[in-house]
Amino acid sequence: MSKSEKKVTSKDEDKKKSEEKAIGDAIIAAANARREELAKEALATRSNKTLPKVVKEKSKEEKPKESKPKEEKPKESKPKEEKPKAAPPSKTDTEKESLPEFEKSFVDKISSQFTGDVEVGYIKENRTRVNVKKEKILEVAQFIKDNLPFDHAESVTGVDFPEDKEIGVVYHLGSYTDPTYSKQVLALATRVPREENPNPGNDSTKLPSLRDMFYSVEFHEREIFEMLGVYFESHPDNRRLLLPEDWADLPPLRKDFRNKGR
Amino acid sequence: MAEQVIPTKKMPPGLQVENIDDRIMTLNVGPQHPGSGHMRIIVKIDGDYIVDADPDPGYVHRGEEKMAESRNYITNIPHLERPVIHDSCNILYPYVLGVEDLVGIEVPERAKYVRVIAAELNRCIYIQYWLAIYGIFLGHSTMFMWPAGDRELLIDLMEKITGARVTHAYFIPGGVRNDVPANFEDVCLRQVNYFEKRIKEYADIFYDNPILKARTEDTGVLSREDAIRLGTTGSVLRASGVDYDLRIKEPYDVYDELDVHTNVLKSGDSYARSKIPWLDMLESCNIIRQALEKMPKSGSIRTKLKPNPKGREDEVYRRVESGRGSAGCHIISRGKPEPYRLKLSVSSFRNLIALPYLLKGEKLGNMPAVYWSLNYWPVEADR
Repeated sequence: MSKSEKKVTSKDEDKKKSEEKAIGDAIIAAANARREELAKEALATRSNKTLPKVVKEKSKEEKPKESKPKEEKPKESKPKEEKPKAAPPSKTDTEKESLPEFEKSFVDKISSQFTGDVEVGYIKENRTRVNVKKEKILEVAQFIKDNLPFDHAESVTGVDFPEDKEIGVVYHLGSYTDPTYSKQVLALATRVPREENPNPGNDSTKLPSLRDMFYSVEFHEREIFEMLGVYFESHPDNRRLLLPEDWADLPPLRKDFRNKGR
Repeated sequence: MAEQVIPTKKMPPGLQVENIDDRIMTLNVGPQHPGSGHMRIIVKIDGDYIVDADPDPGYVHRGEEKMAESRNYITNIPHLERPVIHDSCNILYPYVLGVEDLVGIEVPERAKYVRVIAAELNRCIYIQYWLAIYGIFLGHSTMFMWPAGDRELLIDLMEKITGARVTHAYFIPGGVRNDVPANFEDVCLRQVNYFEKRIKEYADIFYDNPILKARTEDTGVLSREDAIRLGTTGSVLRASGVDYDLRIKEPYDVYDELDVHTNVLKSGDSYARSKIPWLDMLESCNIIRQALEKMPKSGSIRTKLKPNPKGREDEVYRRVESGRGSAGCHIISRGKPEPYRLKLSVSSFRNLIALPYLLKGEKLGNMPAVYWSLNYWPVEADR
């Protein structure tokens, strides 16, 4: 039965097929139009010299969007300061009170040496963080290298904070030589001013390089230069590392660089 | 003779026109050359000796860190393992540990053991793959065939556990994705014992081979001080005499309950660097056997997460010992389902800094021995 029905409906099927094709074409056309829109948006949001007017309009439009994280910012900054104090009692007191003493001892060494310039980010088990002003970063790094057993950088993270108009750079320092410090990772963090229309290497987004103290940061700093546009002065080799040589767009890890379709 | 035209425009490295010099010659090794992996090494040679080497990675840069910022903590899992698909469990490990810290969930005991077993199996799979390439580039075809064949044993085992041969996406925050099959303990023990027997035979054909020793001993020597100063990690560091293994120094999951030994050699040459991973495989077999014994026979394998979990406003930096060395993951969270910034600090990228240092002064013919002994995986370094 089913076979005969199919034969009868073959003409109807042709009609259906043509209809479906029309629908399919319409979908493809709509998708193409959407893709073009997205591409235009993406072009407009990046600092493209050929579309200066669009850039201005878009940036105005986007400002209200960006203001949302602005509201969150004060909320975020307050708990950060409170957390190191509030966290210890919440967990098991015996462990928490005994363990961070060691971490506190060497962080206190740094903060007592540079009162006012160094702010303790957090002190957790095996993980500590000090926030340093960018003018003092060389001195603090030298102090850490001379007086504490941290001998290499594990990782250097660059973070974009468009609401604060700053870019953060976090050096994670570790120790191979001293077994008592082998668990410790000290995050040495600093911030540099961020510019709306970056010109990597020629704007105010500059930091002194820590390569003389911690040789292992060499490639990490090159990566941050290309990915976030932070120029490291006194770094001998500020070339592109991962990106192609002809990359002419924004530094890609900045928040205003958008992934296509996202 | 026409005067040589020197362009005024500054060209990218490797493309500039040089003065014709009868001594120094520039060679581009890669990115298509199979001996370089997916990267280019610009070497300058004087006769047969390398006077300068400049690694140029980035041919397989995928922007994993940027991609992670627009995906939530769960959908990040499958793409974050892509940099090292042969070692996918270990590259996911620090991320998963970090997310567990941020979300605040406990992992069941059985899941911890399953994770350790999977991570150690994956370490062996990676090292076998690396060893096959190392063998073939030193002209030792048998050393390509044997590891590539024996690797299948463990791949089959991983397929039984995870359902995928290579890209497992097995670790998730809160445990592992699915339980091991019913007769897993017996099968795993049998395969691992056979595997151990097989890799012990590598010593006769490869590591005690006088030709290999002649090619790799005293080439690319990295001293202990320089290994520390350059911040190298994993097999490169331990071959130079630094006893640093995160499984012992900063034990995660159940590594502190197992009897883990680390392998340290002191010579710091290519031979030592190539031997450490092999010793690691033997150690991994021990760890797997211990874990199989101590593993709870039944129980939950994961703590269920809420859909779309949000990390608290904080930052974490977690690290594990992967097949190549320390793999770190720095996650900055702002109380949203997506990480605000995710940084993978991978060992290949950290060890790359040693390459120009080691190649200077070597003969060009030693380049494959030095380069591949760094346990370098270009895709991981590029992310």
